[in-house]
Amino acid sequence: MTAITLANEEMRLARIALVGPPNSGKTTLFNTLTGGRQKTGNYPGVTVERKSGRLRTPVGHAIELLDLPGSYSLRARSPDEAITRDVVLGRQAREALPDAVVCVTDATNLGQHLRLLLELRQLGRPLILALNMMDIAQKRGCQISLEALSRRLGIPVVTTVAMRKNGVQDLLSQIDTLLNQPLVASGAIADWVEPAPEAIRTYHREVEQLLREAVVQEGAPERLTRQLDQIFLHPVVGPLILLGLLFLMFQAVFSWAEAPMDWIDGGMASLQALLSEHMADSLLKSLLIDGVIAGVGGVVIFLPQILILFLFILLLEDSGYMTRAAFLMDRLMSAVGLNGRAFIPLLSSFACAIPGIMAARTIAHPLDRLTTILIAPLMTCSARLPVYVLLIAAFIPNTTVWGGIGLQGLVMFGLYATGIVGALVMAGVLRLTLLRGGRQPLLMELPSYKWPNPANVLLGLLERARIFMRRIGTIILSVLILLWFLSTFPAPPAGATEPPVYYSLAGLIGRGLEPLLAPIGFNWQIAIALVPGLAAREVAVAALGTVYALSGDEGTVTEALTATLAHDWTLATALALLAWYVFAPQCLATLAAARRETNSWRWPTFMFVYLMVLAYLAAFVTYRAALALGGG
Amino acid sequence: MKTHGERERQAFALAQAVGLGFTQPLGRMRRGSVGRVLAVSGGMGGHDIERGLLEMGFVEGARVEVLHHGFLGQDPLAVRINQTMTIALRRCEANAVLVGPLRDAAEEVKPGLTLEYASS
Ligand SMILES: Nc1nc2c(ncn2[C@@H]2O[C@H](COP(=O)(O)OP(=O)(O)OP(=O)(O)O)[C@@H](O)[C@H]2O)c(=O)[nH]1
Ligand SMILES: [Mg+2]
Repeated sequence: MTAITLANEEMRLARIALVGPPNSGKTTLFNTLTGGRQKTGNYPGVTVERKSGRLRTPVGHAIELLDLPGSYSLRARSPDEAITRDVVLGRQAREALPDAVVCVTDATNLGQHLRLLLELRQLGRPLILALNMMDIAQKRGCQISLEALSRRLGIPVVTTVAMRKNGVQDLLSQIDTLLNQPLVASGAIADWVEPAPEAIRTYHREVEQLLREAVVQEGAPERLTRQLDQIFLHPVVGPLILLGLLFLMFQAVFSWAEAPMDWIDGGMASLQALLSEHMADSLLKSLLIDGVIAGVGGVVIFLPQILILFLFILLLEDSGYMTRAAFLMDRLMSAVGLNGRAFIPLLSSFACAIPGIMAARTIAHPLDRLTTILIAPLMTCSARLPVYVLLIAAFIPNTTVWGGIGLQGLVMFGLYATGIVGALVMAGVLRLTLLRGGRQPLLMELPSYKWPNPANVLLGLLERARIFMRRIGTIILSVLILLWFLSTFPAPPAGATEPPVYYSLAGLIGRGLEPLLAPIGFNWQIAIALVPGLAAREVAVAALGTVYALSGDEGTVTEALTATLAHDWTLATALALLAWYVFAPQCLATLAAARRETNSWRWPTFMFVYLMVLAYLAAFVTYRAALALGGG
Repeated sequence: MKTHGERERQAFALAQAVGLGFTQPLGRMRRGSVGRVLAVSGGMGGHDIERGLLEMGFVEGARVEVLHHGFLGQDPLAVRINQTMTIALRRCEANAVLVGPLRDAAEEVKPGLTLEYASS
């Protein structure tokens, strides 16, 4: 028999999978090893997809590393865990078995985490055990004999500190050793069956025995988390803090962003001034000034606000508060037939509905999951911010009501709250009608609190900024240029009384839609903005910028737009548009994500229709009520 | 293999035979009380609930401590297992876990808590 080592097979990438219980630090390890930028966070269920990256070990082996969703056992309960199971068992279509598995465990919770390792060991594949979070374990005075553990298990055991480069050296050299050895394959994978309750009990006993032998010194139990939870999970104080945090978040979005927004505004204005001074009047000049700067500038200006929102969300995710919020929300969520767990995808949807819809994979029950996917677009995503901010700045006076709370921030909070309440009501309705059926038990780990890692938060913010700017550079810019063409041609007839856009193709479309939208108070300019706004919400703001810029107003970008709107629209129209945006399905990517996750067009179609109907109704009611109250 | 009912009855009988006194489902334990798991059954949910509970660390012999209740003592509960991991769950599932007193109570908990628990 010839021993085939992976190292001998030149040009061949060794494929190694990171497997472990949720929140054990797999993705952090993956990022450190491959230089990747996958999302990490201190709650179970951050990773819901299979991700791969490349690295080269010190000895020179080329490796394809797989990051997988966390799972307590190979018995997958939810779609994300099924991915892990399928990769580990080689059941994934068009994908070979990984050559080796690194089981990543939390060294401070080996009593619970080693069971998965025993399950993996049964498969008889090359396996390395990584005891991660060793920094925390050591701080608590925990001592583990790697030698004893390795001898008893018959596999290499290393300690890691996942976010430090020098915390993963042992793992790398162990991988090298493994790859230099002959590969021992075995047929045990085909024999795998879901462990029965008795089998799990046996694993429990085995782990206990293992730890009795390998743990030299038990660590002190953690105190801080308990003390913090006395406050954060307090039945009365806890929900108040949650509400306060959300409130602070929306206030901050308004008050902290002012200065940086002014800088961007100033920059855009001088760019515009520069161009109008130095360029001869031409179509190109109009394209640049009215199309690109008025449109794009109108969106770029919201970068600071989006970053502030993300800063809050990243801090909540990294500190371990997310699961506490889910705990506090469980009662309310169960009243509408959902599960506290579903609150985590919904909270992520404040950033963007797409990761929220993907995160619903962590929900095991199919009906719970589908309901969560369907209501995710009602959570106010960051793309709505530009629309909200623009309209609030134009129509809501910047005064403070009791105790220094800004009225504008309050209205913003109201819009978010409307989205949340709408989502909960909708969930309740769905669970009582279309999606009636049994409910999923809640079984959720509440991880220890951790200080958010500043580097991690900073990277997360940069990543967001990059995504936002890329969106602007691609989809928003191209839609805008198209819109500029549609709004510029054909040229107005001689003796035109209305602004040129009125006679253009876009104007034609806008005026065509006007009868449909007049009952909810929208004029033809809004109609023009709503159509490209179907692709992505921010486009509507950019489009309004372009349409009104082409209507002849000059001046700085949003300042002018705010002023124009304030003078051109009635309060009732503005409020109706806000109400529209709380519900309207103005995002193609969300519908596409819903299609991917539900594997059919049926549910995204349903989603689109119900959101459209809600949006129209909400705008109608708001408009009529505002008119009746004298907001005309 | 034993059925769930059998396991529960056995644990109950055992607990009473050795004079451990009070046994009760996890879902009925007071906030702050500590105990040791005597039996885990599927309850109404069958095998899946049983496995789910076992996988989250609720296994015979584990030390459990009820840390928090929801508003007005309602769902959900936060339960600390073996002083290392905290799990949130609802009463419906928690009641599939049968809990008896800690035998080594004196060294593990403040006496006041055990007393209160034992008399509850
Ligand atoms: N102190 C310390 N924190 C760590 C270490 N490794 C990971 N963390 C933190 O633990 C948390 C979880 O890390 P992730 O990498 O997201 O965990 P994961 O295993 O990918 O989690 P899922 O994707 O949910 O399964 C994050 O807050 C990390 O910053 C470590 O070695 N030491
Ligand atoms: Mg992960």
